[in-house]
Amino acid sequence: MEYSANAPKCVLAANRISKSFGAVPVLFSVSFDICEGEVHALIGENGAGKSTLMKILAGFEPPTSGSILLDGAQTDLPPNGEAEDLGIVLIHQELNLAEQMTVEENIFLGRELTSRGFLDRLTMRRQVEVLLEQVGLDIAPTARISDLSIAQKQMVEITKAMNRNARILIMDEPTAVLTPSETELFFQQVKQLKKRGVGIVFVSHKLAEVKEISDRVTIMRDGQWIGTKPTSTLSLDDMAQMMVGRELSDLYPPMDEVDVDAPVILAAENLSAGKVKNVSFDLRKGEILGFSGLVGSGRTELFEAICGLLPVDSGVVRFNNEVVNYKSVSQARNAGLSYLTKDRKGKGLLLAQKMAPNMSLFSLPKFIKNMMIDQKAEEKALARGIRRFDIRTRDADISVGDLSGGNQQKLLLAKMMETDPRVIIVDEPTRGIDVGTKQQIYHFIAALAAEGVSVVVISSEMPEIIGICHRVFVMREGRIMGVLSGNEINENEIMRYAAGLKEAS
Amino acid sequence: MSDTEVINKQSKRAFRLDLKAMGPALALLILCIVGYSLNSAFLSEGNITNLLTRSAFIGIIAVGATFVITAGGIDLSVGSMAAVISGVMIIIMNNLIGTFGAGVTTILIGCGCSLILGVGAGWINGVLTTKGKIEAFIVTLGTMGIYRSLVTYFADGGTLSLSFDLRGTYRPVYYDSFAGLPIPVWVFIGVAVAGWVILNRTAFGRYCTAIGSNESVAKYSAVNVDRIKTTTYVIQGFCVALATIIYVPRLGSASASTGVLWELEAIAAVIIGGTVLKGGYGRVGGTILGALILTTIGNILNFTDVISNYLNGTMQGLIIITAVWLQRADWSKKKV
Repeated sequence: MEYSANAPKCVLAANRISKSFGAVPVLFSVSFDICEGEVHALIGENGAGKSTLMKILAGFEPPTSGSILLDGAQTDLPPNGEAEDLGIVLIHQELNLAEQMTVEENIFLGRELTSRGFLDRLTMRRQVEVLLEQVGLDIAPTARISDLSIAQKQMVEITKAMNRNARILIMDEPTAVLTPSETELFFQQVKQLKKRGVGIVFVSHKLAEVKEISDRVTIMRDGQWIGTKPTSTLSLDDMAQMMVGRELSDLYPPMDEVDVDAPVILAAENLSAGKVKNVSFDLRKGEILGFSGLVGSGRTELFEAICGLLPVDSGVVRFNNEVVNYKSVSQARNAGLSYLTKDRKGKGLLLAQKMAPNMSLFSLPKFIKNMMIDQKAEEKALARGIRRFDIRTRDADISVGDLSGGNQQKLLLAKMMETDPRVIIVDEPTRGIDVGTKQQIYHFIAALAAEGVSVVVISSEMPEIIGICHRVFVMREGRIMGVLSGNEINENEIMRYAAGLKEAS
Repeated sequence: MSDTEVINKQSKRAFRLDLKAMGPALALLILCIVGYSLNSAFLSEGNITNLLTRSAFIGIIAVGATFVITAGGIDLSVGSMAAVISGVMIIIMNNLIGTFGAGVTTILIGCGCSLILGVGAGWINGVLTTKGKIEAFIVTLGTMGIYRSLVTYFADGGTLSLSFDLRGTYRPVYYDSFAGLPIPVWVFIGVAVAGWVILNRTAFGRYCTAIGSNESVAKYSAVNVDRIKTTTYVIQGFCVALATIIYVPRLGSASASTGVLWELEAIAAVIIGGTVLKGGYGRVGGTILGALILTTIGNILNFTDVISNYLNGTMQGLIIITAVWLQRADWSKKKV
């Protein structure tokens, strides 16, 4: 324990942990410790072993070798989340709440208070009210989880952990789905938890947030421990370089200017659909168009409507100078318009299936020969996709759910490109993905644009919008607030439009 | 060294997969051995043909159910559907004797009506589930009750009997053989082969699996979810109609007790065969074996006095639960 000298009291420590799944080693002698009242960030590329380490720390997986120390004493953590009783709570990226139950029922789930054999609803209600107020969460204890936003659900998870007197809170990318203002609120909660002496393990791909909130950073790469340092001694570039192990100066690809004479390929005029109101835009051949704005500003709905996933209320869409109104995704696909969902696991990939059927699903008609699926062609397509998008797997036969997030995203890109699209719409293309894979995806997008494919990038991450887009539309509450190009594309301008402080007339 | 490890792992995995896929076949084999040891007449040609013929009804319906279940649905109405189709078919054929006589024409029209009714009934189930957005369980529970009461109503609480003039003409469809196998068995084989090809080799089959795994993913991947789901119910209806066509000449009658609990036997056959009840993974070959296993249990109980024939349902129930338990248990993981 090289760092415990100046640290306060170390609560939980992993000492030279190694882990193998079958014959495949994923962690090599990793040490990690977490003290009272500190935020310890854990960063690394997808597949670096962060998830495995977290699961071991929370008792969900036993280590193959090495030991876990709790309060300095060697311990075998109980499996299946029973470590919660020891004060170690893991908050998963996919939140673990019973959707159809209320906030208070969820917070007390599994440890309900009873009096004389019946639920003591009154006491529970009061405790939940107090907790919610401490967290600053303005929802009723009787609200149903399914009615809450993702940020609120996350807060409920944290409240639930607090109610269990958590001493160690392990959070897997808690801010991935939060807006900047929600993140701000979330960080305030984290600071309060720190004051109470809770030790927090914070896993994130957003290095700026790591810099802001954490006290120490541990960097992992390929299952190895690369280093643990006080956050104050590291710059963002240092962190990125330690994660990737190489220079990352070229995170964003060089941009080709769009030909001024390039024809407009996709355009909308006064399009309304659901909460999208009166939106007009145009997209040229080979152009990368950014759509920025806060979560819920109607960007996804706009393009789902164009691609036949949602009904259009009014307005006109032109594709290749023809007025179109796609009623189904297959019509849009056949025309050469493909939408890549931001919900990789819920709407993008069949997690229980293998890679080949996932890869060909979107473009299956292409693989039909004599009414049957041409399985050889499917295998070839998969091999092609793996090569083109650098999908890394130990074994091409594994279920897609077992791939890392970055590889899943690459597979999703490959799946979309099998339809030979002329326009692609990528929604949050790098959500929950490490820096190295992000860089690759930016280069793929730029290369596609250079080949003449037009790209729409919907993203809540401003640096990537600024880094790869030719022009940027900013949306707010279903409407377009402004269009930026060239030097106007900067965080300040985008933020002013997105927050409604400025509007193009 | 790492190369040999990889090879070892792969051969192990292939073996394990085989074991899981072979489970139903092994179970059937064991049942046959038990049957033979109890009474050597079990493996006589007569009994084997009898067994296959009896499996045909449930087997054909279960192939249809494999599609519905793989796409994440369920159809509880098949037994009642079979009963009402038998009844209507008998009424139509009896009434046509005056016009077309007791010949093949009448039978063919009757069969045609049966197929139309089956496809129509399946389509109704499908449209109510997809366009009506009602759970398949509820829709088919409702149509199950409707069809069952309709057949009782048509039969006026009694039995609808096929005219004796027609029975002679229709009889061969159930009782005759072709190339050594009874005609129902040939139909069964045809349905099984077609079902396997459609599920495993066509885009439709792939779409069924995709929808059963995750409907949203299918929708976002340009799959017409409603149409595919409706089609699975139509296929189910068509299979029920086919089964009815070969069932009617067996007894030549239909009543309120026709096809009772066939839905459960069909679903059981599908599940024993390894198809996942919540969808996303379907095996037609397994379904065939499942249907054979269910019939074999009844057949063995007929051959022996050790267990009362009345306990047929108990034995079937035990086999279903054991089969699914064996499929769920992950033997490799437990030892770690």
